[in-house]
Amino acid sequence: MAVIRDVMPAFDLLQPTSADEAQKLLQQHGRDAWVLAGGLDSFDWLKDRIKKPRVVVDLSGIDELRGVRSMSDGGVEIGAMTTLTEVVTNPTIKQKFALLSQGAELAASPQIRNQGTLGGNISQDARCHYYRAGWPCYRAGGNICYADTPTGRNREHAILDANRCVAVNPSDSAPALIALDAKFVIKTSKGDKVIDAEDYFIGPDIDITRLNILRPGDLLTAIRIPATWANAQFFFEKVRDRNVWDFALLNVASAMKVSGGTIQDARIAVNGAAARPLRLKAVEDAVKGKANNAATGEMAGKLAVQGAMPLQFNAYKIPLMRNLVKRSISGVEVASWAS
Amino acid sequence: MARSPWGQDVPIHIAWFLIYVCAIGGLAFLIVHAIYVRYFAKEEEFAGTVNPKVAATVPERVKRHSFAARAFHWIMAAAMLTLLFTAFLPKVGVQFNWVPIHWIAGLVLTASILFHIIHATFFMDFWAIWPNKQDLEEGRNRMRRALGENAPAPRRFAKYPLENKMYHGVIVLAGLAVVCTGVFMLFRVRTGILPRNPYLFGDMTWGLMYVLHGLAGVGLIALIMVHIYFAMRPEKFVLTKSMVFGDLPKEYYLSHHDAERWVVAESSMSQGASD
Repeated sequence: MAVIRDVMPAFDLLQPTSADEAQKLLQQHGRDAWVLAGGLDSFDWLKDRIKKPRVVVDLSGIDELRGVRSMSDGGVEIGAMTTLTEVVTNPTIKQKFALLSQGAELAASPQIRNQGTLGGNISQDARCHYYRAGWPCYRAGGNICYADTPTGRNREHAILDANRCVAVNPSDSAPALIALDAKFVIKTSKGDKVIDAEDYFIGPDIDITRLNILRPGDLLTAIRIPATWANAQFFFEKVRDRNVWDFALLNVASAMKVSGGTIQDARIAVNGAAARPLRLKAVEDAVKGKANNAATGEMAGKLAVQGAMPLQFNAYKIPLMRNLVKRSISGVEVASWAS
Repeated sequence: MARSPWGQDVPIHIAWFLIYVCAIGGLAFLIVHAIYVRYFAKEEEFAGTVNPKVAATVPERVKRHSFAARAFHWIMAAAMLTLLFTAFLPKVGVQFNWVPIHWIAGLVLTASILFHIIHATFFMDFWAIWPNKQDLEEGRNRMRRALGENAPAPRRFAKYPLENKMYHGVIVLAGLAVVCTGVFMLFRVRTGILPRNPYLFGDMTWGLMYVLHGLAGVGLIALIMVHIYFAMRPEKFVLTKSMVFGDLPKEYYLSHHDAERWVVAESSMSQGASD
């Protein structure tokens, strides 16, 4: 398929200065509107002329969507337009919620983190090359998954929860936010609603054409991290083909409360395994009350990949995920596999 | 329409606004029909009288549907409603994991239709449900009389009136269209029954298959609405009950059916009681 790069299709550029105004514009234009945050996902779509919105709502002029604010409970609220660099360097986040700093710092490259926003990173679209090429796949409203065919290239695709489409969620900050029990604030026509991070993402079984619950007219305004998991024992690891400017083949984020070598509580999430970041609830339940050692990690790793179904070229993701989950429980030093 | 990777314009599915077109069309039919029956329709009149000797041989309860036929009907109804809801609710904004429910209901529908074809072909009066020349002539006369023209009064019906036969014919077409295309679509999803093979057909063939599946599907919205409406109408409710309990009262049989065209005399009960 010929892809015209460079010149974007014409659209009306709207530049609101408040979140309320932005939400009203999004409501007014509905499916014709496109939300522009840092632009790193948007400009690919627009320059490839695959998405042709009539209206682009640019959020860059809305100050209230930027910055990190302390909350009364000891947590933090991060504006959706806060750049990844600001998230990485913020002292409070680094001190209390280092898991998010680690995840955000592993996203893309320094230049991209300077421009890319936290809201954009968690809300970005799938990076499946067939979908991004503009082919009429399920996610684009068609009736086929080109990646899940006998000759499809699917090395980066899903091993869990695939349902016709096998694309994965590409975000690095999303699993960290799920592990931190973050809440997302969404401005809708009916007012603000606050939802758990894990409920923000949806798989193809529920809606095959989007990765999150945002509907036309909705605007993600902030991410709140409660104090619950502040200063817990954190682990974040991302595996990618090259060590900078690349999407995760898989990543894992864990937050654990450990006392006397025993795991009191844990939250673990992986991304790159399915169309949405997966919170590993069964693993969390299984490791509670157990020692955070290699045996527990091994058990957790095996449990994490139960039900995994590899495609032709991504079977490597199963042992990779098993090992990442093991390392997230027992640490890197003790996590080599005996088998 | 969409552009395939090979630059070919191919259909991918129907325009989803057709869901609303069919639902509104079905609703409009119900309203118009209800108004017509309430304010304009004339009393049904049939030619001739019932032979008392024949009437004496008719049992008090006339068996209309065998247990197998009723079981098929209700299983098919459950599968069909499940298919319609799982297919179209997500398209109107009610989102849930519909694919597994849809294909499992599709398999139930396919199996029930296969059963029905075999049952109707070998164990029932196969031709009882298909319109014949006499049905068409009498249907034309009934239409002329409804429009106020002079036409001979029609004979009482055989087992099924022409409307039932025509509805059955349309349902057969729509049902076979969704089932035949749906069976091939099982090759597109992970069912654990059939190996996935999206290359079974070319993009154009698949596209046309999806369009046909969709068209028959939205058509079934209107058809099922009409069917449920008639099942609920007071004057037809006796027929709906017969689909539950299997039989009709003798009075209804004698007033609407021709004992020579649908023979149910005590001695020949089994002949007429199989559909």
